[in-house]
Amino acid sequence: MNRWRLGLRFMWRDWRSGETRLLAAALALTVAAVTAVGFFTDRVSQAIHRQGNELIAADLVVESSQPPAAELRHKASELGLRSADTLEFPSVVLTAEAPQLVEVKAVSEAYPLRGELRVRASPSTEETPLALGPQTREVWVEPRLLLLLGAAVGDKLRLGEAELSIGQALSYEPDRGGGLFQLAPRVLLPIAALAETGLITPASRVRYRLLLAGDATAVERYRDWLQPRLSPGVRLIDPQEARPEFGAAIDRASRFLSLATLVTLLVAGAAIALASRRLVERQTDAVAIMRCLGAPRRLLQQVFLLRLLLFSLIAGLAGCLLGFLAQFGLASLVGHWFAERLPPPSAKPLVVGLGVGLITLLGFAAPPLLHLARVPPLRALRRDLGAPPASEWVAVLIASTALLGLIYWQAGDRELAVTLMLGVAATLGLLGLLGYLLVLGAAWLQPHTSGVARLGLATLARRRGGTLLQILGFGVGILALLLLAIVRVDLLRTWQQSLPADAPNRFLVNIQPDQIQPLRDFLAEQGIAGAEILPMIRGRLVRVNEQEVRPEDYADPRAERLAAREFNLSWATLLQNDNRILAGEWWGERPAPTPAFSVEKGLAETLGIRLGDRLTFSVVGTEISAPITSLRTVQWDSFNVNFFVVGTPGLLAGLPATSITSLYLPPSRDAVTAKLIREFPNLTLLDVDAIMRQVRTLVDRGVLAVEYVFLFTVLAGVLVMVAGIHTHFEERMASIGTLRTLGARRNRLLVAVAVEFTALGLLSGLLASLFAEATGEVLARQLFGLAFELNPLLWVAGVLGSAVAVGLSGTLAVYPLLSRPPLRALSRG
Amino acid sequence: MTDDPPNLLSEASGLGKDVTGPGGTLTILRDLDIRVAAGEAVAILGTSGSGKSTLLGLLAGLDNPTRGEIRLCGEPLGRLGEDERAALRAGRVGFVFQSFQLLPTLTALENVLLPLELGDIHGAGKRAREALARVGLTDRARHYPHQLSGGEQQRVAIARAFAPGPRILFADEPTGNLDQHTGEHIIELLLTLRRDSGAALVLVTHDRELARSCDRRLVLEAGRLEEAP
Repeated sequence: MNRWRLGLRFMWRDWRSGETRLLAAALALTVAAVTAVGFFTDRVSQAIHRQGNELIAADLVVESSQPPAAELRHKASELGLRSADTLEFPSVVLTAEAPQLVEVKAVSEAYPLRGELRVRASPSTEETPLALGPQTREVWVEPRLLLLLGAAVGDKLRLGEAELSIGQALSYEPDRGGGLFQLAPRVLLPIAALAETGLITPASRVRYRLLLAGDATAVERYRDWLQPRLSPGVRLIDPQEARPEFGAAIDRASRFLSLATLVTLLVAGAAIALASRRLVERQTDAVAIMRCLGAPRRLLQQVFLLRLLLFSLIAGLAGCLLGFLAQFGLASLVGHWFAERLPPPSAKPLVVGLGVGLITLLGFAAPPLLHLARVPPLRALRRDLGAPPASEWVAVLIASTALLGLIYWQAGDRELAVTLMLGVAATLGLLGLLGYLLVLGAAWLQPHTSGVARLGLATLARRRGGTLLQILGFGVGILALLLLAIVRVDLLRTWQQSLPADAPNRFLVNIQPDQIQPLRDFLAEQGIAGAEILPMIRGRLVRVNEQEVRPEDYADPRAERLAAREFNLSWATLLQNDNRILAGEWWGERPAPTPAFSVEKGLAETLGIRLGDRLTFSVVGTEISAPITSLRTVQWDSFNVNFFVVGTPGLLAGLPATSITSLYLPPSRDAVTAKLIREFPNLTLLDVDAIMRQVRTLVDRGVLAVEYVFLFTVLAGVLVMVAGIHTHFEERMASIGTLRTLGARRNRLLVAVAVEFTALGLLSGLLASLFAEATGEVLARQLFGLAFELNPLLWVAGVLGSAVAVGLSGTLAVYPLLSRPPLRALSRG
Repeated sequence: MTDDPPNLLSEASGLGKDVTGPGGTLTILRDLDIRVAAGEAVAILGTSGSGKSTLLGLLAGLDNPTRGEIRLCGEPLGRLGEDERAALRAGRVGFVFQSFQLLPTLTALENVLLPLELGDIHGAGKRAREALARVGLTDRARHYPHQLSGGEQQRVAIARAFAPGPRILFADEPTGNLDQHTGEHIIELLLTLRRDSGAALVLVTHDRELARSCDRRLVLEAGRLEEAP
């Protein structure tokens, strides 16, 4: 009880005297940054989930080849979920010239449960959003079918045995996704009108979908209930995989946010380390006196620990509150990403925030403070005595471990954490080494100098650990700020530019070999710059090495689906611009390269295949086999045509292939679409404009959000500067007092101080720039899949900027001491 | 704890202290004996650097001797660890330092409270206020050390030393940082409080005048201790 009371009292006194304010600010800021991003990502991940839901027109979809069992419906209504049904199957309608394959979709009245449909009165008029599908006996058809049929809204369409009138031109349905490149035009009709078409027979290949939506917990409960009951041929559809373009952009936004938080954590960690150091300095005398007065070491340690715990709890709570308020700003910035309002935050980030506060403080402040209890009581009589040495390294080690552990915990992304940790560890190591050499150099130089320089060098050399800590603190702070600059200026810009205004917004699929040249000519004639026309072959993966590929052998549902479906394969001579080789080598422009495959990294990971494995695909009965000679990353959100598996040109040539291309069509050139379809009626034209608009907004908002989070980093950076400059302040004050008493001129002392801080800033800035470039390069290439170029401006800013910033702020901070009467400085007033 | 031997609060025999520096080993104290009885005031005189403060630190158990034995309040310090020695000092030993050694972040009252709180002594607040009243600083209770004059700071330090009711007080040049007039006033206060409390006093000083007010005077010279006339 006494210890608690003492801890509380001491903490209150520390706070009142201003001793711990810097530490409190650093701690609260760290916690605030972590909680703000935590709260925000918590809300966003819930909202992203809902956004994803729009892409399946529901919160959860059960797909099967048979009508869904009655118990599935019962359970849904028991849990209060809304439901809708869809049936999809291929069919044929007759045009004037030839039969046209169509994708028929029959929907119940409540369809869609999430998202909206968009229709046009004719292919060339404006879109109108509609909340529900066809409610009366009619069909809605895709505009290109109207073009193919030469029909218009209001005309009749024969579907099976029924003749139905065309009610709308359907330009958008939320859950169209899926097999993006194999789409026949859509015909949408109400389930009620299906029977009279007579198209559904026991032998029909129908895809039944039960759409469910409702309260998130109820959906979760339904999922938990159904998962173990899934029979073969029945699957749950995850909204996340509905549109990989969104997945990639959201993934990248989360990585940026996570990086922003980690960097803030890093800088604030440095501020906490420096502020703790100052606290320790100021507590040394107090400990000595308390030891004199009979306080056992154990009691002091317990009281210190209690003070820290209470302090971290209070500063942590303040940080949580700040973080909670800050996330509202963040949410209002990016809330527009989402059609619906952001859901309220959960309490989890609070726990994480407090945990981060506690670990940071205990990691940085506890070791030196606990070690402080070893200060001999004799220090009360002899001020030159301190705690036994060798504590600095242990403190730095424990603090670094705590920080690295925190980064790892908070990253939620192993690669990002490891890259950042390696960057930080290398910087710390080299900064430490150079700092140590600097201190040794100072000790060696000291006897050869005189006056102020000698005194400065003597202080540097004597407080070896402290000087090192100061260099490390400044270095980490500057590294983080430079990383911020890299991300802010280079990476975010690259990201935005990766989706330029003229990124492809139409895909042309099913181009026959004899149509390639006419299509090129047509596009040239229309003045439309088309991208490369790439060959595409459908093939099923049948063997990896000698092992047969069976979907049921894969535990991961995605792997299972990939193993079951046909892949789109292609061949190429040149590597696409938005692809990067991660392992192995691209075959390049060699005349006849050895047959080989290049595989997208994510696919390889999912299927557990490695560089050097031999893949065998079955393409219309012919087996194609070759080893994997390279693994690639693909920037899926670039909207370029891309393939999971690409082969050498010779390997796939001669097999039946169609081609695919993408092109950018400005809104004013919509008429070209109709012309194109008329000239090449067999082509499938996909309009991805709407998705692209959404992805682009997401990227822009994501950039804003990341910048907002980085505000915390800047604040933390300022704190590091303040904390670093205030290290050894007591000692500095006393030595300035002495020197002034001895007649040293103020200007001379000022120059000495300016030189000291500028040198510190220069050294830290140089090393930090070096490591910022290296870390930036790794981050950009490995993690964000973006190009990165060395930025000379960064070096100027890093080296000169930090020299000026540290030099100037240090000198300005010390200036008041120089203006004080020496006696005040000497009496520590 | 054993019972204190009658009358002896501080006792050292064959005491020696060496320190190792860049120039080799230096002997500061050599084979000295000292005994301080309950209620007795002993002054230790010596020039600067003669080892007075080192001796004081050793007697109070703040440091370990190189040779010899020390007993504090009847306990042989050699057998005790750091924490046991601290526990022995708690509430029994008071200190007054040349540089006052008040904690700058605590008010006058809180500085006086400190040993009482650390010793978990009942009625600490009341005792601290009384102690502060005895040194005439009731109205300065909420002031911080930097808001007090040197003399006032030393009075707070004296109040802190006497507040727990110590049996022995160690004072290291208590007037060293004060002008003569204030110094005299402080010594008068120190001696009065000591007399009233019945505590023993070990006073380290280089001021012979000041030493005269003690019962016994010892001179430390070349590491040895001798009775002064």
